[in-house]
Amino acid sequence: MSGIDGTALVVLVVLFLLVTVMGFLATRWRRPTSMESLDEWGLGGRSFGTWVTWFLLGGDLYTAYTFVAVPAAMFGAGAVSGFFAVPYTIVLYPIIFVFMGRLWSVSHRHGYVTTADFVRGRFGSRGLSLAVAVTGFLATMPYIALQLVGIQAVLEVIGLGGGSNVIAKDLPLFIAFALLAAYTYSSGLRAPAVIAFVKDTLIYLVIIIAIVYLPSKVGGWDAVFSAAEQKMAKPNPVDGKPTGAFIPGAQAQWAYATLGLGSALALFMYPHSITASLSASSRNTIRRNAAILPAYSFVLGLLALLGWVAIAAGTRPIGLDGKPNAQLVIPQLFEDSFPSWFAGVAFAAIAIGALVPAAIMSIAAANTFTRNIYKEWLKPDATPKQEAKVSKLVSLVVKAFALVFVLALDKQNAINFQLLGGIWILQTFPAVVLGLYTRWLHRWALTAGWAVGMVYGTWQAWSVANPRAGINHFGGSLDTIPIIGQMGYIAMTAFVINLLVAVVGTLVLRLAKAPEGEDETIRGDYFADAGDPRVEKVAQPIHQEAPNP
Amino acid sequence: MTTTDQADAGGGRRDEVDHDTVPPARTGLLVVAGVLLAVPVVALLWVSSYSRVEPRLWGFPFFIWYQFLWVFLCSAFTYTAYRIVLVARPHRPMVDGSGDASGDATNRTGERS
Repeated sequence: MSGIDGTALVVLVVLFLLVTVMGFLATRWRRPTSMESLDEWGLGGRSFGTWVTWFLLGGDLYTAYTFVAVPAAMFGAGAVSGFFAVPYTIVLYPIIFVFMGRLWSVSHRHGYVTTADFVRGRFGSRGLSLAVAVTGFLATMPYIALQLVGIQAVLEVIGLGGGSNVIAKDLPLFIAFALLAAYTYSSGLRAPAVIAFVKDTLIYLVIIIAIVYLPSKVGGWDAVFSAAEQKMAKPNPVDGKPTGAFIPGAQAQWAYATLGLGSALALFMYPHSITASLSASSRNTIRRNAAILPAYSFVLGLLALLGWVAIAAGTRPIGLDGKPNAQLVIPQLFEDSFPSWFAGVAFAAIAIGALVPAAIMSIAAANTFTRNIYKEWLKPDATPKQEAKVSKLVSLVVKAFALVFVLALDKQNAINFQLLGGIWILQTFPAVVLGLYTRWLHRWALTAGWAVGMVYGTWQAWSVANPRAGINHFGGSLDTIPIIGQMGYIAMTAFVINLLVAVVGTLVLRLAKAPEGEDETIRGDYFADAGDPRVEKVAQPIHQEAPNP
Repeated sequence: MTTTDQADAGGGRRDEVDHDTVPPARTGLLVVAGVLLAVPVVALLWVSSYSRVEPRLWGFPFFIWYQFLWVFLCSAFTYTAYRIVLVARPHRPMVDGSGDASGDATNRTGERS
């Protein structure tokens, strides 16, 4: 790999420019009377039907980083840390089906834009709402940064970004993100919704062609699986244990199950998942989508297998710095196996695949900041117009921060924080999802459970060492589960502790007759649909317990 | 307001409908839907039931093809559950639109979907 692959680069640039134009034109799509409210800019007018939502959510959840990292994990460490993505994205949908309809309905009735909005209204607790908002914001930031890592992987394989000149090295990334920021600013959620059509089509096309063509090139699926089995069984020079798992052994089953379940419970707590869900036009749009979104999980499974195809193909993912970098494995496999122009299409699929989630994540983080920090704590009388303005500006700030994060710091930091983000975001689940069903859990107990889960999860993740990679902290997302004694996903352990604290705390607080917050929702709100009127907020604020300065 | 208020003019004529209640549902059907949704989750979390190589299918280890199979099964189960839920709990329109619950801060426990 030397020099720049010109053909692939041209194809990439052309497709990239195409979606940029589409992104800017998206303002005109289903043109609203005014873009100056969060409902329009930040939720696309809450108007997306089943198919738009399918493309949008698919483009949002299955990110470029996923496309790079899942096959990389299969390639480097095998089925436990790679293939769990498949059961994760299957069990996800029955779970979403159960609670997302309720969240949509109550948000429709009360105009909620974020989960923290809901928690505020349901529990009447500014503190708990702030905890949920801050967690969502913090968990999203590194996730945006990782989308850049996806683009970087593609550029690196094409041969860009190798120079020693810092500015020339990162210029392509910088331009890509500046364009993204510009059309997200002007078109809001409509931009990623339009681009998602291109992204998802390219992804399906590229992966299906690759999965049909590549195995035959390396001797068929038998050869693929036996190469993978051999590589995973080979002892690692550092600790003498097998390199990875071909299929999870008896010791790894808790790990596999908890990774799948924990990730599934966490995914729809992320602000970007909620934003895409609440932009749906009706309660049933989301539930129908739970039945058709698994199509993406199927493709993700195929993509994971490409990590093993790369083993059989003898792909050597070496970065421009000359060091091996497993994250380059998929782009490198395409570069080695396909004509340049098709490799260019595949690279475009990954790069555009980074833009859709990055746009939605920055919008979601901006909405969270605007609604739950700016309006709640800084300027309670902000008009919808001011809200939209603040949100647009914050979406720029968030992206700039992600860029600095990746360019200035080691990108390993982004990966560590994203690992932490997954653990953190799951700690908002009890307040949000259990809150959709019951107010029995006390707001203070939920806050305490959240805090304990956050501290425990962070501490555990920090203490995981990985001798093979030569690191002492943030070496992975697995650790021994107390009592059970098996390895498991730290987020799940923290989640269970969080729940225990919330339940015990509630019992104690109820005995002590601690004051409860007001609930602005009624039971019927959780079953409302598109035709039902919105609750008009009365001029006087509903929650008076802590007047603003 | 992005939506209109004219949907489903047939039901809920009487203004006395208390919207601070769970709309009526056929519990039996909800249970069936719940089971349909629980089965894929249980099946995939029960890792020891499928973490093996044999029987292979077109060269794919059981572990791999079995999970791919569940993509389709889960989709079918979820869609069936969706159709059942639509029948089990028809939408009750909130036409009178009052629904303001301020001042009602009593506990609400035991709500089920």
